[in-house]
Amino acid sequence: MKSLAVILLAAGLTGCATAPGPSRVVHSEGPVHETTLANGLKVIVREDHRAPVVVSQVWYKVGGSYEYDGVTGISHVLEHMMFKGTPNHPPGQFSRIIAEHGGRENAFTAQDYTAYFQQLEKSRLPIAFELEADRMRHLTLDPQEAARELQVVMEERRLRTDDNPQALTWEAFSAAAWQVSPYRHPIIGWMNDIENLGVDDLRRWYQTWYAPNNATLVVVGDVEPQKVFELAERHYGPLKPSTITPAKPRIEPPQRGERRIVVKAPAELPYLIMGYKVPTLKTADEDWKPYALEVLGGVLDGGRSARLPRELVRGGQIAASISAGYTLTARLGDLFSFGGTPAQGHDVASLEAAIKAQIEKLKTEPVSSEELARIKAQVTASKVYELDSVFYQAMQIGVLETVGLDWRLLEQYPQRIAAVTPEQIMAVAREFFIADNLTVAVLDPQPLDGAAPRAPAGGAYRH
Amino acid sequence: MSLVTRKFLVIITLCWSGIAAALPQIEHWQTGNGARVYFVAAHELPMVDVQVVFDAGSARDAVPGTASLTARLLPEGAGDLNANAIAERFDALGASSGSSAGRDNASVSLRSLTDPALLQPALETLALVLRAPTFPAAAFERERNRALVALRAQEQNPGALADRAFYQALYGQHPYAQATLGTAQSVTALKRADLLTHYRHYFTARNAIVVIVGDLQRDAAAAVAETVVGRLPGGSVPPPLPAVAPATGGKAHVAHPSSQTHILVGQPVLRRGDPDYFALYVGNHILGGSGLVSRISDEVREKRGLAYSAYSYFMPMRQAGPFQMGVQTKNESATEALQVLRATLERYRAEGPTTEELIAAKKNITGGFPLNIDSNSDIAGYLAMIAFYDLPLDYLDRFIDQVNAVSAEQIRDAFQRRVDPERLVTVTVGNGK
Repeated sequence: MKSLAVILLAAGLTGCATAPGPSRVVHSEGPVHETTLANGLKVIVREDHRAPVVVSQVWYKVGGSYEYDGVTGISHVLEHMMFKGTPNHPPGQFSRIIAEHGGRENAFTAQDYTAYFQQLEKSRLPIAFELEADRMRHLTLDPQEAARELQVVMEERRLRTDDNPQALTWEAFSAAAWQVSPYRHPIIGWMNDIENLGVDDLRRWYQTWYAPNNATLVVVGDVEPQKVFELAERHYGPLKPSTITPAKPRIEPPQRGERRIVVKAPAELPYLIMGYKVPTLKTADEDWKPYALEVLGGVLDGGRSARLPRELVRGGQIAASISAGYTLTARLGDLFSFGGTPAQGHDVASLEAAIKAQIEKLKTEPVSSEELARIKAQVTASKVYELDSVFYQAMQIGVLETVGLDWRLLEQYPQRIAAVTPEQIMAVAREFFIADNLTVAVLDPQPLDGAAPRAPAGGAYRH
Repeated sequence: MSLVTRKFLVIITLCWSGIAAALPQIEHWQTGNGARVYFVAAHELPMVDVQVVFDAGSARDAVPGTASLTARLLPEGAGDLNANAIAERFDALGASSGSSAGRDNASVSLRSLTDPALLQPALETLALVLRAPTFPAAAFERERNRALVALRAQEQNPGALADRAFYQALYGQHPYAQATLGTAQSVTALKRADLLTHYRHYFTARNAIVVIVGDLQRDAAAAVAETVVGRLPGGSVPPPLPAVAPATGGKAHVAHPSSQTHILVGQPVLRRGDPDYFALYVGNHILGGSGLVSRISDEVREKRGLAYSAYSYFMPMRQAGPFQMGVQTKNESATEALQVLRATLERYRAEGPTTEELIAAKKNITGGFPLNIDSNSDIAGYLAMIAFYDLPLDYLDRFIDQVNAVSAEQIRDAFQRRVDPERLVTVTVGNGK
């Protein structure tokens, strides 16, 4: 590290716009520079000169939450197929070329986005751009390759979900909590939907969503922004835009009463999930509320001194493990969720009661100044720690852009967190953490050996 | 929870490659009481990572589960502080600290900003946790119960069951056979006194390595090391672990009601520092260590669609660590997947890599080197490995040359001598009904 150039982030926000080429307008704030190509591709570059490496990520505005009944999982299957070749690059060649250049590459699909990335020594960036631009518009989608890849995805679903009782419970929980919102479907898709996907479905999905004007290119690393913009123009510039029809809103109607489900699966341990519907940065009626919920999440589960590990794991010893939180940056309304395993001698009912007692406390007692100070200190420190990863820096920008927020929110985040008051935390707890807005899912363990269910062991182990 | 990635579960094999340009400069010294310190200055960010590693992994357990539970108990009480006070101290400083145990070692880590008003109290808390843990009786009972719950969670996880059965089948009577977490029986039998004995025996200066990476000058790093471990008793270095007996082949099956069968195939092969390391490392990169472009993945996943994840790796340890091939496939395909796995290995063992494969592997390993040292956490991980396994300080500097020096014939020869199809152990979990 010693011999590397040292450039710390410029502290001030130096909002400026320059027009280096005949048509390109670049917006810059500190180390981040943004432009949009004529075909609509947004390009965001963040300089980080710590090491001679670069990460390139292409983010598409499509994912599980863009899907509808019958084709669930299609975004994720298409992500797999993106490695199966174009007329210029036969199947497997993409990965081989990146590997030969010492690169790492992969892709991921979530509810609100599908993203592809390459990490490389900085001089190899053109290789990534050439290959990634090629598959943005020229995917082959061969029927035989698709048939085989669908088998791979079914194995992936068995591995991640079908053979994992807690994952099965989360899947059923989401499907119960949401009736209209597309978050009711699993990202990987229902097995029967995967089994019935065809190459024509995939081609339609590709044509609908894969276009430069539905994508964001994020580059972070030891690069010069102008050169990256020129390179992007060369490789991505010639691609034709599409007419993108936005997904329907599919807003969840208000919940009118608590929902409870039970999932029976072979398992040793019971498991409890509770979720309250809450707004996000995208959907909140007042923009302080998501930040208040974020701080509330920190009060409950931000470090070993937070309330859930302190009161439920160590203090009352009701939980063997417990976590809580939500996705501030979800594109649609989200669930503030709790997931936990009861400690020995306790059942899911006592765990639920203990969580609800913590919620009541949040509604009635202001959070202490020490707790708020701790959360502020953690946010301040994590703003430095996250700079240890160029990948994470790119990821944050990509998520915000792709859900329709602005990467400049990243800079505001510490101030917004610091501005949250104890009264605001009480207010969001009272507004959203109410019984009519709650969904509860319980994993009811069935014998792993296929025998008849055992009587509850040790008094209260199984509920 | 919400991400679905395309490729494999990442297998961390602690392997890397090198180019000369940006190598971290390792400085090495000992504290007054004999702890070995390894330091890399990284001035780009105002933060520091500290890791203290002891030769105190589960391979040293008198009762299986001791090392793991000891690590869990360290932040539960130290000096006058209880668990809440320790947690509050770290959290209020924006510091993060953790402790864990593996088979070979136990480690305690700290990440903090370098602002002295934050760093100094964080270091002092870390020092107290290392020097004066109190192992409170109530916390011991609670953490033991949580360990028992974690063990029950493994019973519903076919991957965890396969891993457990694999080590038992490979290592028999050797300490590596035991899972770090222990067993329900052994953890139930554990006493607080077992943890104290383990702690007093192994958490000593001469058995400790201190890794420091961050925005410090050398004298400040020396002060950090003295603060953290300077008051530990000197102690002594424990005797070497027993050598591993060769595997004798065989099969083990665990019935489980999963829709997939998890298959693991392997044998004990590699110690850290073994002269065959580079031939086997580069060779395995081609066989099953390089994701989708490896032979195993190509045969199992790309050509046949049998699995999401198919891989192989060598995991060098203090004593012979495992060579492992793995795949998970629907129960009906288990026989076919196992055959493909074995046939792919046997062909590779017989023929070795092609010239093109070897060139491509070397390009991937050497060209990707900058990615492996592009963060403080990466560098801290490599430092800990170099230090714990007594690798030469110029190991990184020579890595590229060592990789480039490997020939196809050396790979074929090393696989033939070190991987024996007759002695491979096969573990399957699944097909329970």
